[in-house]
Amino acid sequence: MEAAGSNKPARTSKPIETRDAVVVRFAGDSGDGMQVVGSQFTIESALAGNDLGTLPDYPAEIRAPAGSLAGVSGFQLNFSSHEVYTPGDSCDVLVAMNPAALKVNLEDGSLKPGAMLILDRETFTDQNLRKAEYASNPLADGTLDGYQVFPVDITKLTTNALVNSGLSNKQILRCKNFLALGLMAWLFQRPLDPTLRWIADKFKKTPELLDANTRVLMAGYNFGETTELFHTAYEVRPAEIAPGRYRNVTGNTAAALGFLAASRRAGRPLFLGSYPITPASDILHELATYKSFGVRTFQAEDEIAAVGAALGAAFGGAIGLTTTSGPGMCLKAEAMGLAVAVELPLVIADIQRGSPSTGLPTKTEQADLLLAMYGRHGECPLPILAAATPADCFATAFEAVRIAIRYMTPVIFLSDGYIANGAEPWLIPRESELPAIAATFRTDPEGYKPYLRDPETLARPWVVPGTPGLEHRIGGLEREDVTGNVCYHPLNHEHMVRTRARKVAGVAAEIPPSVVAGAPAGDVLVLGWGSTYGAISSAVHELHGEGAAVGHLHLRYLNPLPPDLGEILRRFRRVLVPEMNLGQLVRLVRAEYLVDAVGLSKVQGRPFKVSEMVAAVRKQLEEAR
Amino acid sequence: MSTAQEPAVPALTRKDFESDQDVRWCPGCGDYAILASVLRVLPTLGVPRENFVFLSGIGCSSRFPYYVNTYGFHTIHGRAPAIATGLKIARPELSVWVVTGDGDALSIGGNHLIHILRRNVDVNILLFNNRIYGLTKGQYSPTSEFGKVTKSTPIGSVDHPFHPVAVALGADATFVARSVDVEAKHLQEVVRRAHAHRGTAFVEILQNCNIFNDGAFEALTDKAVKAETQLVLEHGKPLVFGKNRDKGIRLGSGLRPEVVALGNGVGEDDLLVHDEQDPTLAYFLSRMGPPDFPTPIGVFHAVERPCYDRALDDQITTARARQGEGDLDALLDRGDTWDVG
Repeated sequence: MEAAGSNKPARTSKPIETRDAVVVRFAGDSGDGMQVVGSQFTIESALAGNDLGTLPDYPAEIRAPAGSLAGVSGFQLNFSSHEVYTPGDSCDVLVAMNPAALKVNLEDGSLKPGAMLILDRETFTDQNLRKAEYASNPLADGTLDGYQVFPVDITKLTTNALVNSGLSNKQILRCKNFLALGLMAWLFQRPLDPTLRWIADKFKKTPELLDANTRVLMAGYNFGETTELFHTAYEVRPAEIAPGRYRNVTGNTAAALGFLAASRRAGRPLFLGSYPITPASDILHELATYKSFGVRTFQAEDEIAAVGAALGAAFGGAIGLTTTSGPGMCLKAEAMGLAVAVELPLVIADIQRGSPSTGLPTKTEQADLLLAMYGRHGECPLPILAAATPADCFATAFEAVRIAIRYMTPVIFLSDGYIANGAEPWLIPRESELPAIAATFRTDPEGYKPYLRDPETLARPWVVPGTPGLEHRIGGLEREDVTGNVCYHPLNHEHMVRTRARKVAGVAAEIPPSVVAGAPAGDVLVLGWGSTYGAISSAVHELHGEGAAVGHLHLRYLNPLPPDLGEILRRFRRVLVPEMNLGQLVRLVRAEYLVDAVGLSKVQGRPFKVSEMVAAVRKQLEEAR
Repeated sequence: MSTAQEPAVPALTRKDFESDQDVRWCPGCGDYAILASVLRVLPTLGVPRENFVFLSGIGCSSRFPYYVNTYGFHTIHGRAPAIATGLKIARPELSVWVVTGDGDALSIGGNHLIHILRRNVDVNILLFNNRIYGLTKGQYSPTSEFGKVTKSTPIGSVDHPFHPVAVALGADATFVARSVDVEAKHLQEVVRRAHAHRGTAFVEILQNCNIFNDGAFEALTDKAVKAETQLVLEHGKPLVFGKNRDKGIRLGSGLRPEVVALGNGVGEDDLLVHDEQDPTLAYFLSRMGPPDFPTPIGVFHAVERPCYDRALDDQITTARARQGEGDLDALLDRGDTWDVG
């Protein structure tokens, strides 16, 4: 698809330097459109064939006071000509739209020495410096020595591009982000087509804004070509990646697609009951657009109603799904207990965030594992799966639905803010390649008992209202096995408690053999789960490349654990378990396997850096010797 | 709703709807009478037995589904309206009923109750109101009167009670009715009307708890006096009551209803005429009760409004008509894609 031909920029006439990988960060006020330009730059980079990883990073407040440190919103992108697992530890390029955005990122230590700083010079006014709590102007006081500083008159260039546009000053200033994007597109020789298409679609009802943003984008690009500020452009060559069709996908979108795909392969309609909560709401937004697939989304009055409605829909034969974050899953706990008791399929998606309580709602954490394992009344086990990367959310969501149906059980799907909002290229599957999920309703009244179990999976039959002759009652009171009649008999209760546990434990039989990356045995095994995948993969790849006997095993199945895990743990002298919590999986592993695994914790609302991971693994390697 | 449009169903009897479970309410409980009335109505509704689903929360009344031989789901405290909402959205063709109590619906489940009512999900709600917590052995409930002495309020409750009918009207319910456990004929007619209504049908059933709150409604059910204490609502008819039908409700000064004796120049033409579609009148009626007024029973309010479940279904039908049946491969390819190799 070709955008307006006249807008297609020519390749630069300036020298081009090739880089292996570049990390850029766009930062500005939360109203400056940094997430938009970040996403667009991501798509441009993906179309340029790079492998990439992204990290949107925005404040909880929708619009914190303009120019303040609290209001800084950022979007980081790592794009590379080789395989990428993370958004990058530190930046090669920072685009800062105001002094606050500069200050936050300098203090963060998230810039490489000698990084390029592209700053909107005009915003460095006394007033803005005060808001950013700068005593003096960093452009002049030596603060930025050691960086390559590119003061650009972003505001003026934008205004100049829109002379006679008829737009108000306010409207003009809102186009500034595209000036920065255009300039970055020139600097890294990115294709503009996807952004031009995006602008054309976004502003199709306001031609004057369509025209304005297009002009500003091109002005930014052309400024790069003509200014003497930049002598060189850069290029990051396409990465070698498996052949096929790709798109960029965030974890939340991939999860939504995975749930939908599973419902299609099961031949049952998808029902989502949800209450808006950061960072899970995008799954609701996404599924709400799937009406033509027969997806029913229900924005409930609260978290409890959301899970209740999903369970009611499952009773009716739909794929019941509820999406939430930690505080919401706490509210759902009672209904999850009911789902365990009545043995209906249900998926609870917990997109974890900084907790407890409201905590850090827009930041990431993985501290709900023990909540998922044990956070209910009574003996209440259920299968737990965790996605490792944005794209992996698709396969993990699909698998969660499959297990829920096959074992007639609620299943928890864990993701977190990092991979939910982060994006990566995804090799798009075809529907026909996805496995079918057997989801048969029993309709034969002959010999029917509500809790007569499948001998292999221990699942009870799924019988839906409307089936003649199979009318039956289910409920939260303990029931007699087989008949399902209310039963308070002591031995029956113990039998049922054990049977429910055995059913969930039995899922292990279907877990595929674990794959250890790096060394299959040796000094250190790094055992991870969830979104630490990227940092661990990079670190282990690096150290194994140096000859260290280090392996990486990443768990998708957290309950039950893979049957070969114990044996793998024993192949290594040391086991390191990095987690964005104070040590939850490590506790489970130590208890289950009696191995002296050690934890590596980080609870800062931010993912591990590769360098932190490398240092921690090195320490273990040294101690192992 | 015309029963003529229902599919032909083999004639069913009350027996078909009795489950094989022993009914375990206390002897003399008002719930028995309600169960009997519902079991009498169900076979007459023209709905195949397998299409009925009874859901409940927690409490004495919530054991109800175990005793009805249809599909049933005894859920958790207060949440039955939410679970019923999901079921009805997923399966709009089912006849979905929620059985609940004053504590279940108005205390722990208050939020779900008001939201199912405003959404107008096509579900029938039977709220057994005995103004007491029975299953937990006698604490006051959100409908217990101010000053009520119970185990948890030894010197009297300082909670102001809810009027369930007023709560339902406040939540914009499209069908609101009240009946009494022992008024079998009246109750059965109200249940039939509730079933025929499209949208959430809310029925408060005043019910005696002979163990923990015996006689709470005695003045309303005592044959000797009930003609004076009940105001039976009939659409289009003046609000008349009394053993000799010699009293009525008139609108006094400042929009205040008042009881008047008929005769001496006051005729039925002077009285308020019941109109099920008038929300203001419904609200007046919801606030009436002893000591100054008789207790209205019957259908307070019945209006048409789109049902949530049908409206959502319509959106899906429209989306499919416009965009065609969803194509997953096309959806997976949505946005910017690129080919490698």
